[in-house]
Order: sequence, then C-alpha cells, then structure tokens
Amino acid sequence: MSNYPDENGRFGSYGGRYVAETLMPPILALEAAYKDVRNDPSFWADFDRFAKHYVGRPSPLYFAERLTEHGKGAKIYLKREDLNHTGAHKINNVLGQLLLAKRMGKKRIIAETGAGQHGVATATLAARLGMDCIVFMGAVDIERQKPNVFRMKLLGAEVRSVTSGTSTLKDAMNDALRDWVTHASETFYCIGTVAGPHPYPEMVRDFQAIIGRETKAQILKAENRLPDAVVACIGGGSNAMGIFHEFIDDKKVRLIGVEAAGRGVDTDEHAASLTGGAPGILHGNRTYLLQDEHGQINDAHSVSAGLDYPGIGPEHSYLHEIGRAEYVSCTDAEAVSAFQLCTKLEGIIPALESAHAIPRTLNLASKLGEHGLIIMNMSGRGDKDVNTIANLMGVEI
Amino acid sequence: MTHRIEKTFAHLNAATQSGFVAYIMGGDPDHEASLELMKALPSAGVDIIELGMPFTDPAADGPVIELAGLRALKSGTTVRSVLDMAVAFRKGNDTTPIILMGYANPIHHMGYASFATATKDAGVDGAIIVDLPPEEDGELRTAFEKHGLALIRLATPTTDDARLPKVIAGTKGFVYYVSALGITGAAKGENVAISEAVTRIRTASGLPVVVGFGVKTPAQASEVARSADAVVVGSAIVDKFHKEGKDAALDLVQKLSAATLKPNSNGK
Repeated sequence: MSNYPDENGRFGSYGGRYVAETLMPPILALEAAYKDVRNDPSFWADFDRFAKHYVGRPSPLYFAERLTEHGKGAKIYLKREDLNHTGAHKINNVLGQLLLAKRMGKKRIIAETGAGQHGVATATLAARLGMDCIVFMGAVDIERQKPNVFRMKLLGAEVRSVTSGTSTLKDAMNDALRDWVTHASETFYCIGTVAGPHPYPEMVRDFQAIIGRETKAQILKAENRLPDAVVACIGGGSNAMGIFHEFIDDKKVRLIGVEAAGRGVDTDEHAASLTGGAPGILHGNRTYLLQDEHGQINDAHSVSAGLDYPGIGPEHSYLHEIGRAEYVSCTDAEAVSAFQLCTKLEGIIPALESAHAIPRTLNLASKLGEHGLIIMNMSGRGDKDVNTIANLMGVEI
Repeated sequence: MTHRIEKTFAHLNAATQSGFVAYIMGGDPDHEASLELMKALPSAGVDIIELGMPFTDPAADGPVIELAGLRALKSGTTVRSVLDMAVAFRKGNDTTPIILMGYANPIHHMGYASFATATKDAGVDGAIIVDLPPEEDGELRTAFEKHGLALIRLATPTTDDARLPKVIAGTKGFVYYVSALGITGAAKGENVAISEAVTRIRTASGLPVVVGFGVKTPAQASEVARSADAVVVGSAIVDKFHKEGKDAALDLVQKLSAATLKPNSNGK
C-alpha cells in the first residue's frame, strides 16, 4: 500500500504527468535522476548530515500538556517542525531537491511560493549551496507576506511578482512552469508540495517522510505505543504526507487531514479541495480541484496564504478515495482563535496553516477520552503571521 | 474529420506552397465577434483554423493568449459555446479544417467520450490538448478514433530520436512542431534547426509537419515556410484583433498567408 505510486506516477487514478510535450523530457530526466539517488547511500548521508547540522533535526515530539488539559481528553503531542531552520517543514523537501539539483549539475533554481515559507527555504539552501534562485510569487501574496519577501531578497534570491490570473499561489506555479519550459536545460524546478507532475508527489513525500519516521520512533519511546490518530493541516499536503507516510501501513492509526474551510465550505470562499471539489487536471496531475461546472478553476480562499490553493496532492485524493485517511476542515475564524489559544496556553506561536489542525485535534481529543493519544504536526511557526493576526484583531503594530 | 485535413494538404502540395494556420481564441472578446473573425479567415488565406478553448490556467501560454482566454471566459465562453462557433462556421464552409486547441481539465470535466461526440457533431476535425502528452492521452485518443477525429501531438526541439516514436504513434492529421522552447507568443529562436527537425519528423511520421511558436511577422513566416508544410501564427493575430479589431487582424492574416508561398512557386 505504501508502494504507491506506480511507474506512471499513479496513485490509483490520481497523479500522472499532465504536462506539455516540451516538459516531458525534463520531467523524465528528473525521474531518472531521482531513481538513481533514491537508493544511493551517499545521497542520503548528505541529506542526513544537512538535516542534523543545518536544519536542526530531529525536531522534538513535544507533549502539549496545557492543550491536553484544555481538550479534556486524549493526550496531545506536537511534532515540532516549527523549530526547523527557516521555521517550517518546507526545508526538508528543499534540502532533498537541491542536493539532487546539485548532482544533476543544475545551478539555476526556480520555485513558486504562497506564504513565502517554501520560497524562503529554497532561497536559504540555494544560498548555502551557491546556486542562483528565482522565486515566483503572486503579487497579492507579496503584499501580504512582506517580511518573507525581504528575507528571500536578503538571501540573494530574485522574487518575481506574478500578476497573471488571480496573482496567488496557483498563478505563481503557472509562471514557474512557463519559466521551466523556456529554460529547462539549465534549470531545476523545486516544487514546494506533494503535487505537480510525477515524480514530484512521490519525491517530495519521500523527502518529507523524515517527519513521520522520527515521530514513530519518538512516540514509541515516549508512550511505548502508536498513536490513535495523526492530525495535520493540508494545502497541497506536504506536511501531512510527510507525517502520514510512515503510518499508512499501521491501519489502526487514524490519519486526519484538515483542509482550509475559509469562510465556510458551503460558501464560495474556501480552499477545501477534497471536501468541496471534484477530480480534475491542473499543474501536471489529476487530483481533486476547486472548479466550476465547466471545468474552469475556481479561486481558493484562506486566511492563510500557504493553504490558499485550489488543488491538493494526488496521494491525498487517493487516500481519501480508499478511505485510508479522513479529511475534515477548519474555518478562518476557528484557525485564528486556535492561533491565539495555542500561543497563550503553550507559548508556541503556530503558523496560521498549522493552527487549522488545532480545533480538529481538540475535538478528537475530547471524543477519544483520557486514554487516547494524538499527534498533531506543528508544521510551522507563526512569526510570519503576526501582521495578519494584528490586522484581524484591529491592532496596529 | 481527418479527410478535410488530408485534402487541404494534398491541395497545398499541388500548389507548391506552405499552408497557413491561424489560431484564434474562441469567444474572445465574445461569441459573435470571434465568430465573425473566424468566418472571414478562409478568404484571407487561412488553410486551417486553430480554435482556442479558454482555460483559467494556461501554463503553456504567454500573456497574450492567457488574457484572451480570460476575456473569453468573462463573456461566458465554454467548451460547448466554442463548439457552437464551429457549427455556425460549417454552415458556410465545409472544407477548411478546424482544430480545437486547449487544456485537459474542461474536457476531462465534460468527459472525454462526450467531448469526442460533441466535437464530431460540431464539424470539427481534430484537437490539440496541450497538457495531454502521449503518456496521458490514451482515453481521449480512443474516443477520437471512434469518430475519425485527429488527436494531434506536439513535437519539440527536446523530442529526441528516442522519444519521437512515442510522440508520433497514433497521431493523425499532422504533427505540430513547437519550434521554440518556451510559451506561446515568446520571441522566436533560431531557425537553423527547424528544417532538419521538420524533415526528421515528416520522415518518421509520414504526416505533414506544421511549425509554430514565436512566428509573428510575414518575414518570419516566409522563413519557416521554406521547410514546414504549414506555418502557425497565434499570439500576433490574437493581439492584433484585440488591439485594432477585425480588419487589422485580417490584414495581418493576409500578409502572413502571402508570405508562406514557397520561393520557387508561381503564385498562390
């Protein structure tokens, strides 16, 4: 079951390689290069060395005692991806991809970013590895994520403002694909989530799977048993796939993904592709998408820029279809209040993305009762979101 | 139907000229105006019409085609309404091939089999679906073959000898050679390699090879026409139509078409 995808990049009927012919040779070359390093111990030795000394892994698995008290039920542990260098899980994937780019002899790195976390992680490792970096970012996101834009520039990256379409993450991805088509021979496209044409969904999952491997060892050490449930927020779904992957064959462990419900999944303003979308084809893969009755892509909405995407990784579509993972949602309002709750109770400022997982974790904790055990992936820290929260609270900073 | 495409190329060979393929975006800026332009294309020298179906996220297109698509969507254009343009066009013209060009999601949403039936019924001859490479177009190809429609594939400068057989297997009508790596409407690259690529693809496929991407001016069209069986111009026509209207667009079409005469021919 955890052997997916097949040789055509399929997770059941999802995934695949839906790209223009111009991009087929580069993605086939990438697939071949990834196959080479996948079983190469020296590649993983490099990966582990950077993960330990540069990213700061392993990240702690922390018993959130006060959230547990608040939930009046199951024990809640947080996997602290927020403590990674650059502040989120994103860097795990970037580390793997840029080490691969280096082996492929590519020195020009491009990336798309929404909240800026993937852009910052890419700019960071590009700086460290001496590579050129261009980050595509929607003009709307540039406006709402100014500190991250400046960080990327400090790190030597060029940030290209994308004004096509809705000027958000999906358009940044369109423009990155356009750039890649034009400069494929010297360029490595570092996709930030478990989506895109094969091999990205598989490769990004594999690089993020370090989260779940550590988590399993840590929970066995701390509690001497597997958790009842693992909960993670989902935009494209890379932090969720990263923590889920190791547990997929442990059928008793419930895997719960939390999509962004924005102003409500019954409104037009949400980003819950599985809850409110239908299967379709975008950005190289077949997966659940927000779309209208004519197959045109609908705009996503979420208070968190990192979840503001109308699609989801194809493996999630598959896990949803076969019922191995459960997908629920959380509104903007719930996430904002959970952001404040977690900050006050635990002294941990969560990323707004990660805050989406908190209300569903608390609901489940109360249902499972005091013998229950839940792990929530704290995928990133919320320093980048303080301006947004201040605005919502009507506070000027 | 592929026979309209075959007849068109047979006729062109006799006249020792390259064909001229014009791309327009269906429904840009609205149904009526784009239909008027479409109807006027054959008498302006267009041998094959590529009719764009708009999509919100056209990742292989540059800004000219993307904006045209967004205008078309704003005026309510759908796959069905683009097919209705073909129906209306066919009332006055039964010879000029119509090739739809678009992205997978709107037709995937409609269902490949329904799309194939509707395409046949509308009098359309084939389609190019940009993000369905050979690895992913099996289902649509089967549906098209049932109706004798041509699913046209793209070959690019990166399609090497190892990959070419995969690209041409099962393709019908003609092969579209994307002469420049990049997006539609971008600057045109060197032509040096075009003639070699066209010969290679024509020999391997036994089909005519049309060449596009980056051709904007009559001079460029003339250069490409030396080796190609037909020359495609899209963004330049779409841009002209948007900025200066139908007469200016048709004037450009006439000049481009005239430029596709082969140097040694005696007239078009």
